Amino acid sequence: MHKRILVVLPHPDDECFGLSGTLAKSIAEGATVTYACLTLGQMGRNMGGEPYASRVTLPSVRKVELEKSCQAIGIQDLRLLGFHDKTIEFEDRTLLDGKIEEIVQEVRPDVIYTFYPGYAVHADHDATGEAVVRVVGRMPREDRPPVRCMAFSRDHEKDIGQPDVKVDVSGYLKQKIASVLSHRTQFQVPGLDAENSHKSKEVQERFGTERFWTYKIK
Amino acid sequence: MQPIDITDIQRRLDALVGQELYIHMEMTMGAYSAHHDTTKHPAANFISNAKIRFTHGSISGVGPYRVGLKLEKGWVYTEGLTHYDGGEEERLIMAGHDSSGKLVVSLLLGREPF
Repeated sequence: MHKRILVVLPHPDDECFGLSGTLAKSIAEGATVTYACLTLGQMGRNMGGEPYASRVTLPSVRKVELEKSCQAIGIQDLRLLGFHDKTIEFEDRTLLDGKIEEIVQEVRPDVIYTFYPGYAVHADHDATGEAVVRVVGRMPREDRPPVRCMAFSRDHEKDIGQPDVKVDVSGYLKQKIASVLSHRTQFQVPGLDAENSHKSKEVQERFGTERFWTYKIK
Repeated sequence: MQPIDITDIQRRLDALVGQELYIHMEMTMGAYSAHHDTTKHPAANFISNAKIRFTHGSISGVGPYRVGLKLEKGWVYTEGLTHYDGGEEERLIMAGHDSSGKLVVSLLLGREPF
């Protein structure tokens, strides 16, 4: 259905739990995905179980993890925007919006996926969603692609209601699990690394549906 | 990263005395702490690539360890350090990880920016 998809998220791994199945599904249906990842997640706390990464090596380790995740999903075009983890809300807005706008103009996406501003828990998530909404809000109304947002803050449905888009990704859990497992420093999910985990009922129930809210831009 | 060897850290600190160094220092409870447990007060800070010069530096404790660096007009203090990168000869890379392996504090010193 959607031919050109733009994903704008701040951290490597932000794609895996909430969006990777939808992307894998869309790609199987012929879509092209550009993923603009704002930072390298260099301030993450998880350095692998041991810990085998350090504050110094983490950005390069996570870059490789992200590339593996994109490969697992089938993402054709990964852009690393070079911002610093935890600083998106403080970043120069002209610079931040400009970088996103440049990609929007180039890709001309049919849909954009990002986080729901104010309902995405991490300050970088909220600030990234806000930037996307600002950029799209400046486009002529008829040119604006729908902005589909992920939300997961406590009690978010009280304010923003039910998601208007629910994607059944049960046929793409193999790709989704591979995406999650790519981020080896970040996640050690029990039971997920078994060979046929994508077939288990528990995994199907937990990861089989992805939910999005289409942002109403004023 | 490997568990801290207090003798090795002290040797490295001594070698850095009096030099102009870049420091990265942080403490974090984790970006999701209050999301997972509403009784938690989320807090974090970091300072990255500030320049310091210390006249005296030492490590103490029985683990997790404390490091104090005496500056010309102040101090750098970190508590909770557990690991360091022993393979790094030029830079001193230390961190404190909790029982689940998550980073809680870090203290990095080097002649070049991080």
